Amino acid sequence: MSTVFTFRIDGKDVAGSEGQTVMEVAEENGIDIPGLCHLEGIHDRGACRLCMVEIAGSPKLAAACVTKITEGMDVTAHSEKLQEYRRTVTEMLFVERNHVCAVCVANDHCELQDLAADLELTHFDLPLISPKLDIDASHRLFAIDHNRCILCLRCVRVCDEIEGAHTWDVMHRGLETRVQTDMGIPWGESTTCTSCGKCVQVCPTGALFEKGRAVASGSKHQRPFLPWLKTVEEERGR
Amino acid sequence: MTKPRVATVWLDGCSGCHMSLIDLDERLLDIFERADLVYGPLVDFKEFPKNVDVCLVEGAVSSEDDLHKIKLVRERTKTIIAFGDCAVTSNVPGMRNPIGVPPLLDRAYIENATINPQIPSRVVPKLLPTARPVHTVVHVDIFLPGCPPSADLIYNLLDDLLAGRVPDVTGARFGR
Amino acid sequence: MSEMPAAARPTHRRATIETADGQPRASAYVCEAASCMSAQSHDITLRLGERIAALGMTDVNIKRVGCLGLCAAGPLVEIAETAELFERVKPDDVEAIVKALKKVKPTDTRRPQGPFFEKQLRVVTENMGRIDPESLEDYVGRGGYEALKRVLSDMTSTEVRDVITRSGLRGRGGAGYPVGLKWTTVAKAEGTQKYVVCNADEGDPGAFMDRSVLESDPFRVLEGMTIAAFAVHANEGYIYCRAEYPLAVSRLRTAIRLAQRAGFLGSGIADTNFNFDVQIRLGAGAFVCGEETALIASIEGRRGTPRPRPPYPAVQGLWDRPTLLNNVESYANVPTILNKGAEWYSEFGIGKSKGTKVFALAGRIVNTGLIEVPMGTTLREIVFDIGGGIIDGRPFKAVQTGGPSGGCIPAQFLDMPVSYESLIEVGSFMGSGGLIVMDDTSCMVDVAKYFMDFCRDESCGKCVPCRVGTTELYMILDLISRGEATLDDLAQLERLAGIIQKTSLCGLGQGAPNPIFSTLRYFRDEYMAHIVDKTCPAGVCTITAPEVMA
Repeated sequence: MSTVFTFRIDGKDVAGSEGQTVMEVAEENGIDIPGLCHLEGIHDRGACRLCMVEIAGSPKLAAACVTKITEGMDVTAHSEKLQEYRRTVTEMLFVERNHVCAVCVANDHCELQDLAADLELTHFDLPLISPKLDIDASHRLFAIDHNRCILCLRCVRVCDEIEGAHTWDVMHRGLETRVQTDMGIPWGESTTCTSCGKCVQVCPTGALFEKGRAVASGSKHQRPFLPWLKTVEEERGR
Repeated sequence: MTKPRVATVWLDGCSGCHMSLIDLDERLLDIFERADLVYGPLVDFKEFPKNVDVCLVEGAVSSEDDLHKIKLVRERTKTIIAFGDCAVTSNVPGMRNPIGVPPLLDRAYIENATINPQIPSRVVPKLLPTARPVHTVVHVDIFLPGCPPSADLIYNLLDDLLAGRVPDVTGARFGR
Repeated sequence: MSEMPAAARPTHRRATIETADGQPRASAYVCEAASCMSAQSHDITLRLGERIAALGMTDVNIKRVGCLGLCAAGPLVEIAETAELFERVKPDDVEAIVKALKKVKPTDTRRPQGPFFEKQLRVVTENMGRIDPESLEDYVGRGGYEALKRVLSDMTSTEVRDVITRSGLRGRGGAGYPVGLKWTTVAKAEGTQKYVVCNADEGDPGAFMDRSVLESDPFRVLEGMTIAAFAVHANEGYIYCRAEYPLAVSRLRTAIRLAQRAGFLGSGIADTNFNFDVQIRLGAGAFVCGEETALIASIEGRRGTPRPRPPYPAVQGLWDRPTLLNNVESYANVPTILNKGAEWYSEFGIGKSKGTKVFALAGRIVNTGLIEVPMGTTLREIVFDIGGGIIDGRPFKAVQTGGPSGGCIPAQFLDMPVSYESLIEVGSFMGSGGLIVMDDTSCMVDVAKYFMDFCRDESCGKCVPCRVGTTELYMILDLISRGEATLDDLAQLERLAGIIQKTSLCGLGQGAPNPIFSTLRYFRDEYMAHIVDKTCPAGVCTITAPEVMA
């Protein structure tokens, strides 16, 4: 039996088990805290900073996806200020690389695009960085367009934690950071990739996509499939 | 009392936003009952007029000609609307930005030409180093993203403006 | 030195030339820390050795020592008995030094040597320039390992932690977290396997305190770590040192070997049942690895990126075990505190900032070099008395402390006593101790741009605000410096800086906007000059925007 904590999110009384995160309990209670690196079923890394919330009594903001709940905590997940922060962080993701929704396979199926609409981000005040980036289409079934990658690293984690292949990893740093396959070789030459396609399914944008898909046709699994996969694995293990 | 003067401008874009404007169909009659269309690709005026109240600007600022036009528009217009993704983010025209102008022209006019390869230097306006969103060149008052923005969004925006309300662009989004 | 095994000795040089039997009549101390070494000070050692051998001066020693402090005037040679200092020594100056050595009388006593040395208080640096950094004998000869021996034989771990707590020592890496409290947290954390880690990944531009300590007195750091290990019940330690410090690493390696051989590291330390050993891990040139969670990831062999805290390393650190992480200077304070007592130590300082602080003086200052002063010393004393003022007598403009997370402090605060609190109050930060002095030839927009360029280059890329935001800030600063920005851009700069500070994952991103905040706070007029008048008052920036007509 784990301890149950009661606390508040945006003034609403909620309850969760010890060890749960603010994000998890918010989701269970229909409170939408945005997050692009968070995905149910893989471990959280607190990197996109979209889920930053205020906790009464703490001078610092906390990432809801990696903040464990405590008894009586008072969480503010939505405020003018927090929404402005989220809008700016989203804007940063747009200006960092070359996101052209109009010609993207994920148009209308994109978490970044949805987030911009939710946050009423109508234009970018920050200067565009416009880097020159590659597309790796060497894999038989899939391709990656780095122009659309937001470095959430869901692909890296799902490949390692669920598929167990660890084909994806990260190279370079700062603005030069790239996801890579094996030790930086073309995806098609990877000897570890099982072509399972989980990375494509979890990608929040059109960075990873199935070949042969037209613009706006790259819909992904709508229901979260990772928790289901984990359950299957656990059942097998028993 | 004179009616508000509305203009539309087509910079570096595909004209899809203007198509969407035409998609207002019979609602166009309602709009231009209340306003005068004084300039744009849909009407035959040669020069951008003075004292324009509202101007819908489609397309990114890509060439010296675009730059000249948008500055004139800004001088003569009260309310500028960045109309559609190209005007708002530079969108598809901006896809050339990481490449740079010389390699771009080489690819288009030299490498892929089968006869008489040469880079055009007359008649066509010179490209700017990058295709820029309108608001990075002149002040923009309202942003209406979308590729293209739906006819409903355009109608609501113009309807609000003509009725003197603060325009509501809820539902507008990049792409789609 | 003569007992040092051949393997432990750098093969290309012999450090100390001993011709005297027993106590020498006179000794020349040649600085062989990185700064003087790069000015060929080792050649001076050799030349001096040759000369005194040729002259048959059998009562004279030539000794290689660590940093003598006054780096600006290197290579430095000091006559130990008279404290006579030879500056900018060239091979031809050897004769003058020999002459001075000849004159040394047994009655000579060390004399003060002007404000640079007089105003300092040496705790961490007490052996610097006095001992051969690769000689355990030298270290022990000046009281080294007394503290460890007494700790192991006479004290409990609780008592040791109590002394450190009462001393008021705070983390010298920058944030100033109470060291005693951290030790207690680790000691009380659950788990049988615990680690002690020393952060020697000093990366702030203009900072070289830890490097100098490691190059000049490496045993002190090892002793401090060993005492810490006893106090928190750890048996393994790591020193994470940046690979850009080869001399420090080489001296540390030698020191570790000598300490192991002498029973000060390894099993059964100082004939007790306490075990502790230390390994060195080299950084690969990432500034962010000075952040504790990134440092831990790097030691574990993973990508050096920070992770959100909590859990803090004290509870869940290296390989998820409780880990004590302090920096070089913090550990280097420990032996002296235990030797002289918590009360002695806490008498120095001001308010909640006790003891001394080592600073590296750099920039437009006469006495570039390494100093140690009691907390509470004013900036004026540091810059003008100890530092000798500004080069060419130009006007002082600001002093930058705290590295890329720090700020620029203007002249109006010159009389402010330096402490953790006072620096934060004026919008800067203690940081690790780099102190960069600027005169009227520095443009503050350019300074902010420099630090932002540093941060964007060093951002690990994990969190969005730091990865993208630092580049965005840099782009806006670049616009301003070229005179192409508007007041809207300035407003955007401030707004964005605030968001990056609030939302970044680790200290690198959270601190990155500080140079902008502090330069805007005190030098907004310079920003306005670039934006409105399209001029750079210091004449540093190249203005590309057309000049405005008056």
